[in-house]
Amino acid sequence: MTAQAPAPRRRRSLAGRLLRDPQAVAAASVLLIIVVLGLIGPLLTSHGPNEASLDSINADPGTPGYLLGGDRSGQDILARLLASINTSVVSALIGTSIALLVGVSAGLVGGYYDRIRGGAEWLFSLIMTFPGLLLLIVLLPLTKGDFKVTMVIFGVLLSPGVYRLTRNLVVGVKNELFVDAARVSGLSDPRILRRHVLFAVRGPVIIATAFLAGASIGVQSGLSFLGVGPATTPSFGAMIAGGFAELYTEPLQFVWPSLMLGMMTASLVLFGNALRDALEGATRKPVKIKPVRPEPRTTGDAPAGLLVVEDLAIAYPTPSGELREVVSGVSLSLDAGETLGLVGESGSGKTQTAFAILRVLPAEAVVTRGSIRLDGREILGLKEKDMRALRGRSIAYVPQEPMSNLDPSFTVGDQLVEGLRAAKGLSRKEARAQALALLERVGIAEPERTFRCYPHQISGGMAQRVLIAGAVASRPVLLIADEPTTALDVTVQAEILDLLRDLQKELGMALLLVTHNFGVVADICDRISVMREGQIVETGTALEVFREPAHPYTRMLLDCVLDENTVRTDPPPASVPAHAEEEQR
Amino acid sequence: MLFYVARRLVSGLVLAVMVTLITFLLLAPSFNGIVGNRLGSAATPETVAQMKAQMGLDRPLATQYVDWLSHAVRGDLGRSYFTGIPVRDAVEQHLGVTLSIVLVTLMLTVVVSVALGVLAASKGGLVDRAVQALSLTGHLIPNLLIAIVLVYLLAVKSRLVPATGFTSLADDPAKWAQSIFIPVIALLIASVAGLTAQVRGTMIDELRKDYVRMLRTRGVPTRSVVLRHALRNAAGPALTVLSFEFVAMLGGALIIEKVFAIPGFGSYAFDASLQGDIPIIMGITVFAVLLVVVVNLTVDLVNGWLNPKARIF
Repeated sequence: MTAQAPAPRRRRSLAGRLLRDPQAVAAASVLLIIVVLGLIGPLLTSHGPNEASLDSINADPGTPGYLLGGDRSGQDILARLLASINTSVVSALIGTSIALLVGVSAGLVGGYYDRIRGGAEWLFSLIMTFPGLLLLIVLLPLTKGDFKVTMVIFGVLLSPGVYRLTRNLVVGVKNELFVDAARVSGLSDPRILRRHVLFAVRGPVIIATAFLAGASIGVQSGLSFLGVGPATTPSFGAMIAGGFAELYTEPLQFVWPSLMLGMMTASLVLFGNALRDALEGATRKPVKIKPVRPEPRTTGDAPAGLLVVEDLAIAYPTPSGELREVVSGVSLSLDAGETLGLVGESGSGKTQTAFAILRVLPAEAVVTRGSIRLDGREILGLKEKDMRALRGRSIAYVPQEPMSNLDPSFTVGDQLVEGLRAAKGLSRKEARAQALALLERVGIAEPERTFRCYPHQISGGMAQRVLIAGAVASRPVLLIADEPTTALDVTVQAEILDLLRDLQKELGMALLLVTHNFGVVADICDRISVMREGQIVETGTALEVFREPAHPYTRMLLDCVLDENTVRTDPPPASVPAHAEEEQR
Repeated sequence: MLFYVARRLVSGLVLAVMVTLITFLLLAPSFNGIVGNRLGSAATPETVAQMKAQMGLDRPLATQYVDWLSHAVRGDLGRSYFTGIPVRDAVEQHLGVTLSIVLVTLMLTVVVSVALGVLAASKGGLVDRAVQALSLTGHLIPNLLIAIVLVYLLAVKSRLVPATGFTSLADDPAKWAQSIFIPVIALLIASVAGLTAQVRGTMIDELRKDYVRMLRTRGVPTRSVVLRHALRNAAGPALTVLSFEFVAMLGGALIIEKVFAIPGFGSYAFDASLQGDIPIIMGITVFAVLLVVVVNLTVDLVNGWLNPKARIF
């Protein structure tokens, strides 16, 4: 398998995807038609763009030889309109190619060679300091308004954006395996840059091109609107200015160039967007903070227990639009004060199940069926407001990765206080006192100091203690801990587990412990549910499961722990379940 | 903190010197043409040379630049070739006009973009599509067109506000507000389009982060999760975009100023450049660069304050 293998396939499908995207096809067709119209302009009109005649001053549209009429200088509006297309296209070509040439080459070199980067950075931040349009104006004495020279300078002004884009991509791709491989196999640096790195960064650069072209056309017409450049250079801007002067008598003169300019920029931006979607996948959907859609309650005599999950199924939409189940029909139950280990390897749906119970699944997730009851109360159909009250007081959560679960912009204390106040409606002062007491309870040596710390100032183990403090603050009846020790040092792991066990006893909480680690399970759990590929394959007391695992998958998981005399902290290899199944047959 | 600010200011000054030097060198080839224009029909090689000597333009470029710089650092930017008024006063006055429009626009941009961006990111669905469409349209319509349509509707048709002209804030606040109304809206549409897209994008990323889920599991109200936590973390990148928009607007206001006959910074620069009034061109460059330096420093300081990891004070 090579890193480059997927690329040709993607490239082939890019054209295909663009062809299937109506937005891309429409935008590209409009652009193409406009450009062709500009090229064959002289064939379509009987007058040259600069040919003026006194007879045709402000001639009405439809006058023979003047399809769109004449302007205030007696020039053919259609001829000037079509010739302006060429001016815009040339501007776009010059501006874009200069920006790409300067930006991409400097980005490749500056990204690849660390030594050169400092100088390049400085140079481009210098260029960025020039307010763009102002500089073009200040340099009017130099350019004399010639749009080609102006566009060369504008291209340089656009280059820092391209430089940064390329430099970031190159720095990212430089240490990829395929580049290393090329280097080891003896390819020279320039050759690697050309063949491999340039190839890898082409996507975003192609997208940027559409926007660079749009910017060039916009600036060129803006300047010509102001009257920069000779009158013999036909341009939308100049035409708009001319039409503006005649706005009250001949409003159509103003409409034609505006429409054409608008269509050109619009199709460029739309095409750029379609390119982006095709190359990078559609932009990510926004998060909808809204309740999962209510589910019909299962009837009949439901099993009792603090937490009862029945036949829960969760699905995600695939790019092709179908739903793919990641959890299919999970049932589990948990009594008050009990500890249930939900065990399985990564991707088995454990965390999704936990999130569903907390009702914090990502917005695109769909709960397709099932029931989740806490104390006999169905929570899948609850309003977000009622769910929030439940989350604050009855269910709490301890995450896997402590650092990313703290808001980096607020102090530890702030975040604890906010949670306490939300859940229990305390005053700021009471909440502060309780937060300090909690920090002490979870074994933090200097609560006052930690209270004032920002998350980046404390260690991972401390952060996890802080999160546990926040979780148990409202004395929940159910604590869901999702791999609470996985991201921590081995020495801290045991302490955190001890803390969880102590707190559970002290507060009489039920604990749903999500883990892939049988060592942890053996340590702390009353019962175990083993999960695999979205389903529960085995449930039993810890003793039963350890002594006589019924399912081959459980046996396999257990073997991973017992054979090695050490507690594995990484998930077992994904290929093993397949073997286990073969054995079963 | 003070050391940091001082260091940044010094490097800003070095940058200003570099930029003015480059501008001066780029203008140098056009000295003959400028003098020729000034002499008009009387321009012969002899009179041009005579005039250049009189204006000091025949000296070596290095001497000329150092001479200009040594005066500039003492606050003396010279006098206009054509009107004879001190450059510094003239530029300050025109800059004030533009800033009074640009600053109002920026404040409105922040309010509108944050509202739209946050709404799009947190509500999703139809609201999000509508905001994205609005943002794209704002990018597309040249603000020239917006300005002209607004003039037609508000000033010509319904006579709510004056079509062109400018009253300064100090003279008459009410008339000032009227005279900048259409220019501000015309500038606002493009800048809102840019900033809204940025706020929406960063907010979507922030709302997907673990700490947002964590806060939700604690029962923290959605409003606080979105506005207090996610928005605060999204503010940094948005502020950087805002500073780019400010820099772009310094020159970009030019077209609006021309349409509305507002005696602003951009149109002053434009007229001076057409005439080849070198002292004014240099003065405008100095002010523009210093403004950019101050804005960038401010953005860095605010970003430092927003992000505890980058906090420098």
